[in-house]
Amino acid sequence: MSNRRLIVSGSPHIHTGSSVKSRMWGVVIALLPALAFSLYAFGIGALVVIAVSVLGCVMTEYLIQRYLIKGELTITNGSAVITGLLLAMNLPSNLPVWIVLIGCVVAIGLGKYAFGGLGQNIFNPAILGRVFLLISFPQQMTSWPLPMVNRASYLDATTGATILGKMKLNELVPDNVDLMGAFMGQMGGSLGEMCGLAILLGGAYLLVRRIISWHIPVSIIATVALFSWCAGINPLVSILSGGVLLGAVFMATDYVTSPMTHKGMVLYGVMIGVITMIIRLWGAYPEGVSFAILIMNGFTPLINKYMRPRQFGERKVK
Amino acid sequence: MLKTFKKGGIHVPEYKLTAEKPIVDIPAPREVVVTFSQHIGAMAVCDVKPGDHVVKGQIIAKANGVVSANIHTPISGKVKTIGKWKTAFGYPCDTVTIVASDEDVQYDAEHGFEPRTEEEIKALTPEDIKEIVADAGVVGLGGATFPTKVKLCPPPGMHADILIINGAECEPFLTNDHALMLACPDEIIEGVKYIMRATGVNRAVIGVEDNKRDAICNLEKHLEGESGISVMPLKTKYPQGGEKQLIKAVTGKEVPNGALPISVGAIVQNVGTAYAIYRAVKLREPLISRILTVSGKHVQSPGNFRVFLGTPLKTVIEAAGGIPEDTGKIILGGPMMGKAIVSIDAPTIKGVSGVVLIPEDEARRTQENPCIRCGACVEACPMGLEPYMLMPLTENGEWEMLNEHGVRNCIECGCCAYSCPSNRPLLDFIRLGKFKVNEMMRKKS
Repeated sequence: MSNRRLIVSGSPHIHTGSSVKSRMWGVVIALLPALAFSLYAFGIGALVVIAVSVLGCVMTEYLIQRYLIKGELTITNGSAVITGLLLAMNLPSNLPVWIVLIGCVVAIGLGKYAFGGLGQNIFNPAILGRVFLLISFPQQMTSWPLPMVNRASYLDATTGATILGKMKLNELVPDNVDLMGAFMGQMGGSLGEMCGLAILLGGAYLLVRRIISWHIPVSIIATVALFSWCAGINPLVSILSGGVLLGAVFMATDYVTSPMTHKGMVLYGVMIGVITMIIRLWGAYPEGVSFAILIMNGFTPLINKYMRPRQFGERKVK
Repeated sequence: MLKTFKKGGIHVPEYKLTAEKPIVDIPAPREVVVTFSQHIGAMAVCDVKPGDHVVKGQIIAKANGVVSANIHTPISGKVKTIGKWKTAFGYPCDTVTIVASDEDVQYDAEHGFEPRTEEEIKALTPEDIKEIVADAGVVGLGGATFPTKVKLCPPPGMHADILIINGAECEPFLTNDHALMLACPDEIIEGVKYIMRATGVNRAVIGVEDNKRDAICNLEKHLEGESGISVMPLKTKYPQGGEKQLIKAVTGKEVPNGALPISVGAIVQNVGTAYAIYRAVKLREPLISRILTVSGKHVQSPGNFRVFLGTPLKTVIEAAGGIPEDTGKIILGGPMMGKAIVSIDAPTIKGVSGVVLIPEDEARRTQENPCIRCGACVEACPMGLEPYMLMPLTENGEWEMLNEHGVRNCIECGCCAYSCPSNRPLLDFIRLGKFKVNEMMRKKS
């Protein structure tokens, strides 16, 4: 033994065991209910969009790492897979393959690697990809296939407006919204935002495994509810009829682009809720969750700078 | 509702493999190696020559200044050599080697220390007790090894109103304090009383985490009828044994940045230290032995041992069944704050609360990944710091900014690096940054 070399390193000598990889794949597991529901509701269209989006993101990341950066390949950490899944969740199920691929390249290339890769990006890559597509292809990005009836069709799916879209055009008053239907996914919308129940299941899993904390989702949902109530809209309509749940549970909680402290997270969540409702009520778009998250992503460094944790034993400045 | 500190902290796996084990005496070796730097502060000054004959408990190196401590020989024998010896961490340090002859062993077996009588103890003034503690070379035995005498003498104008005895033992694997609280409750309580007398404090609280229910019950049983001393069960959370965290948990008060515990009226001593004070005052025995845990996932018979200081670590590990074949790393102290050693030929010193053997496959760090800004380190930090930011600030040499971000308040508990999913060496860099900022501040003043 005496001649064996001992390993020397600084403390601590044990580690939690939680890794980027385990957390990323945890998010993938949390997405499974919503993914399963989208496959059930949209059938072949959902399958094509999800598959193309995931493969597109992973391939983009691979090509950039391999040929542009010429660095280490980190595909297996699952972060590109998540970006692909989240992007797909935010797309309609009848989106042509080539548009999905453009979204992937923008999400990974512009959203992530233009800033320096994992951990460096300012904006949520999946949302950046989605918003890029929404602005560039408004026609295709806002024709929503109807659920259940389009399981066997892809590009030729019959479409209809979302609840929020109808409300924007005053074709539907909030009081007539079928809330239970919205909660169980009986509404038009992008792939992943349909079924509130499936998203909340995923969210519960993330909370139980402590992959996310409650601060961001709860503050977003509570703010949207309060804002709606003040504006005379049934809070449940606001929460269930659009992308609030998907945004609050999966999009805004992205580690890289959200604040570091709990109080910062609450401010960030409240502001996302406020901006979402402002866009919905007075903006040109029927839905504003994506924009709200992107705007607050931009504020995250500022929040981190000013909403720092209180130090133990901090002396009060007189 | 059990008390604990509020900010940060983590739940670490306990691995208290030796919680039920009694304290086993390891006999004094025939040859001891005694180093002169077993405490925080100035190295003690050698007081013997080669060839001198020394008697068990005799001072062989004297404290050099206020923040220093006397060193005593744990055995009778002849001074063989004086010179540099490599410590367990690989640095050379002044040491004395003492070898016992058969007569010396015989002498030690027949002659013990002569305990003080009740009358003698009653007659001791607070100053007397402080002097006895200083003479006996007692230092903080929780691991920090700060000379105890200094802590018993508050700066002028400061007054303590509570004595907190640290029995939290929040480090995984370590059970030496636990075993002591089970085996020697009366002695600990007696030691606590001496400290109370020395400092004029009339309230003492022994803080113990509630994963040691048996120790809490045992102390409570032996405290029946005592006034002024109580046991406080604490909710198990790391780093509860940190001085500032323990004060917060017990009193609800926060020690201000850069200030001493006495500023909120608290003095903190480890249970092991209280026990050492008992032995010094009552038994007239200087600090020549201590209790430590030898443990590890693959250690054959892990246990708690009473070891004479100067005993080679090798001998100590052999008492627990030897080194498992797959050992990759050996730590003095617990796995959260302990230090990895390079050699087991080095001697046991005052600050060794445990020897933890880590298997090869868990000894290496896994690959470091980029920071994903998850905030786990911020959530875990019990001092309210932002480790994710301190690391790049250190890398970039932004010393002023580091200071503004409170790097000097870091207690090096390791919660940040433990929690980091990207396995970033946060604490390595924070330590470096802390060192550099302290250096900068010294130059400024």
